[in-house]
Amino acid sequence: MPTLTYRDALNQALREEMQRDPNVFLMGEEVGVYQGAYKVSRGLLEEFGPQRIVDTPIAELGFAGIGVGAAMGGLRPVIEFMTWNFAILALDQIVNSAAKMLYMSGGQIPMPIVFRGPNGAALQLAAQHSQAWESWVSHIPGLKVVAPATPADAKGLLKSAIRDNNPVMVLEGEMLYNLKGEVPDGEHLVPIGRADVKREGKDVTLICHSKTLAVAQKAADQLAEQDISAEVLDLRSLRPLDDEAILASVRKTNRAVVVEEGWPHAGIGAQLVDLIQRDAFDHLDAPVQRVGQADVPMPYNKHLERAAKASPEKVVAAARRVLYLD
Amino acid sequence: MATKVHMEALSPTMEEGRLVKWNKKEGDAVKSGETLAEVETDKAVMELVARADGQLLKVVVQEGTTVPVGNVVAWIGKPGEKVDGDGAAAPAKPAGSVPRETGNVPAPPAPAPKPAPQPVPQPAAAPADATRVKASPLARRMAQDAGVDLKLVQGSGPGGRVIKRDVESAPARPAAAGAATAVSRVPSPVVRTGVPYEDVPLSQIRKTIAKRLAASIGPIPHFFLTTEIDMERAADAREAINKQLGEQGGKISFNDIIIKAVALALMQHRACNAWFQDDHIRYWNEVHVGMAVAIEDGLITPVIRNADQKSLREISAESRELAGRARNRRLKPEEYTGGTFSVSNLGMFDIEHFTAVINPPEAGIIAIGSIVPQAVAAGDTVSVRRRMKLTMSCDHRVIDGATGAAFLRTLKQMLENPLAMLL
Repeated sequence: MPTLTYRDALNQALREEMQRDPNVFLMGEEVGVYQGAYKVSRGLLEEFGPQRIVDTPIAELGFAGIGVGAAMGGLRPVIEFMTWNFAILALDQIVNSAAKMLYMSGGQIPMPIVFRGPNGAALQLAAQHSQAWESWVSHIPGLKVVAPATPADAKGLLKSAIRDNNPVMVLEGEMLYNLKGEVPDGEHLVPIGRADVKREGKDVTLICHSKTLAVAQKAADQLAEQDISAEVLDLRSLRPLDDEAILASVRKTNRAVVVEEGWPHAGIGAQLVDLIQRDAFDHLDAPVQRVGQADVPMPYNKHLERAAKASPEKVVAAARRVLYLD
Repeated sequence: MATKVHMEALSPTMEEGRLVKWNKKEGDAVKSGETLAEVETDKAVMELVARADGQLLKVVVQEGTTVPVGNVVAWIGKPGEKVDGDGAAAPAKPAGSVPRETGNVPAPPAPAPKPAPQPVPQPAAAPADATRVKASPLARRMAQDAGVDLKLVQGSGPGGRVIKRDVESAPARPAAAGAATAVSRVPSPVVRTGVPYEDVPLSQIRKTIAKRLAASIGPIPHFFLTTEIDMERAADAREAINKQLGEQGGKISFNDIIIKAVALALMQHRACNAWFQDDHIRYWNEVHVGMAVAIEDGLITPVIRNADQKSLREISAESRELAGRARNRRLKPEEYTGGTFSVSNLGMFDIEHFTAVINPPEAGIIAIGSIVPQAVAAGDTVSVRRRMKLTMSCDHRVIDGATGAAFLRTLKQMLENPLAMLL
C-alpha cells in the first residue's frame, strides 16, 4: 500500500471524485493558481481547469453562499476555508442555508456540499487563529461533521463526504497535513458515523479525534510502560457519533478519558460523557475524565500555548485517576 | 476542628455495636475510607471506616465494649489538636423503651426463652449517611450479580468509594474473621477443664433474637393449632419428581413442597397472610414466605418472594441459595425482611412436634415436625403411613381459631393430595 501524506491523501480524494463526477468542483481562496494555502489542491487547476477549480476573493460568506446556490442547482461543491477560523464569517450560510435547506424545502432540495479546511490550533497562531469549532458545527441538526486523524481516513472520509447528499463539514488539521501513512489506492471509502479502534486495550478507553489521536497514542505508550492497557478509540465522525462503538469500548474497559480539541465548556467531550453516563452507567467504575484545551483564549506565548493544549502527560494523569492509581 | 467518629448503623436494625478490634491506634495517620475498627452488629462483623483524613487523636471506646449507634467512639484531627471534653462520650446507658420495629428480622422458629423485659440502650441519632455505601455503578452491579453485600466491602476509592477491584477481591476479605469470632463464642461440646461454667457475653445477634422473641411472645397473644398430615402421596410425588430430575440435580425437598403449599393456601386465606400494624391490619395480596435458617450463633429468615407463583424447582433453587448465603452471613437486608408468613422446620432434627414463635409483624408461623411412619387404622385394617405433625402459631389479634383452622384444612388437603395444588 502506498505511503502518502495527509495532504496528498486529500488531494487524491478530490482528484478521484472530480474524475468520477463532473458535477464536483472546488472553490476557495488560493485553491487554483497558488494550489492551495496548504497545497491540498496541487495540480488540480492544471487537470480540471478554472471552471472547476475556482479562486475566490477573501469573502467567506460570499463564496459559501455561491456554493449553497450551486448545490441547490444540482452541482456538488467542495468549499475550502483557508482555516475554520475564517469560516465563522460564513456561519450564516452554513447554519441557516446549508443545514436547513432540505428541511425547509419539505425534502425537495438536497444540499450535497462539503465545507473543508484546517481546524484547531497549529503553532503560535494566537487566540483568533487557533480555535477548534467542532462543537459549534456538531451542534446543528442537518450538518454532518467528520474529523479524520490519519491519511487513510482523510481520503476515505472526504470521498464519502463528497458523495453524501447532505452538507458535510470536514475538519482537517494544519499540523496533520505532513503526517504520513499508508493509503489504499483507488476506491477507498470510510463510512460517515463509524469510529475506529486504533489500538486495543482493556483497562481504560481514550476517546479522541483528529489531532488528539496522536496525543492519545503517545499517552497509551506511556501507560503501557506502567502496565496499563489503554484502548484508543478514534471517533472519526462527530455527527453522527458512533454510539455503539463508544459504548462497547467503555463497557469493556469500564473507564473512559475523552481527549478533545477545543474548550471544555459545552464541548464535544460533554456530549460523549452524556452518552456514556446514560447508556453505560452500570459499567462505569469511575467518573469519566476530560482532557482538552484550557478554558482561555489560546495564548501566543509558546510555553503557555503548550500548557493550554491537551498533552500525553495530561492524558496519562487522567487515565491514572479513573483507574484510582493516584 | 477535630472530627468525631461515631458508632454507625451498619445494618438497618442495628441499635448498638460491639467494638471487636481497633485496626488503628492513637497517633496513627488515617485516610478517609480506611478501616478504623471492626464492629460486631446484630447481624455480622462489619468494618467501621474513617470519614475524614488526619490522625487518630483519641480512642474513646475500648475493644470489647458495646455502645449505642451514634455514640462517639474516637476522634480524628490534626496532630496535637485538642478534642472536646477530653473525648469522653456518654457511656452506654440502659434506658428508654424498645422502639417498635416493623422490620422482619431473625425469626424465631423454636421454643422461645421466657418473656423477660430487657433493658435496651437508647438509640442515638446516627450520622445521616452512615448506612449509605458509596460505590461505583459497576461495583454495584458486580456486587449484586455476585451476591456480595457492599456494606461488607472495604472501598479503596476516594471517600471510601467501593470500586471494581474491591468487589473482585471481596470474597477473600474479613467476613471470615467475623465468622471465626462468632464460632469461638459458641460453647459446644463440653471440654472437661475443671472449670464449672463459662460466661459468654451475648453476641449482638443473640441480643437481637432475645429482644425480638420477648417482644413477640410477650405482647402477642399466641394460640396454637396442630394437625397431623398424611404425607404418603406427597412423599411418592417427591420421589417420582426427583427420579425424573435425576442427573439434572436440584432435588426437591419436603420443605420446598411445604413452602409451595403454604403459599398457595395463603392465597385462598388472605386472613392469615397479614401484618398487625398497631392501629390497622395489613392484609397482603402477595405471598412472601420467610424460611427460618439456623446459622452459627443464631438464626435468620430469608424470604422467598411470591412463592405461590414459583415452581417447585425455583423454590428449591432459591431456598438452597438463600440458606447458603445466610450461613455465610451474606444476605442483603431486603432478602431477610418483608415476609408475610413464616415456616420453621425442625423435621431434620427428628423433632416430631413443636411450636414456633411468631415473627412480628407477621400474624402466623408454621412449625413442621419430622415425617414418621405410623400405624394408621384404615377401615378394618391397619396400615403403615408416613405422617407429619404441623403446628401453626397464630396472632389472635389478627387470626381467630376458625380462621386459622380453615387455612390449615386447605393446607392439609394440598399436602395430602398434591394434585390439589394444581387447582
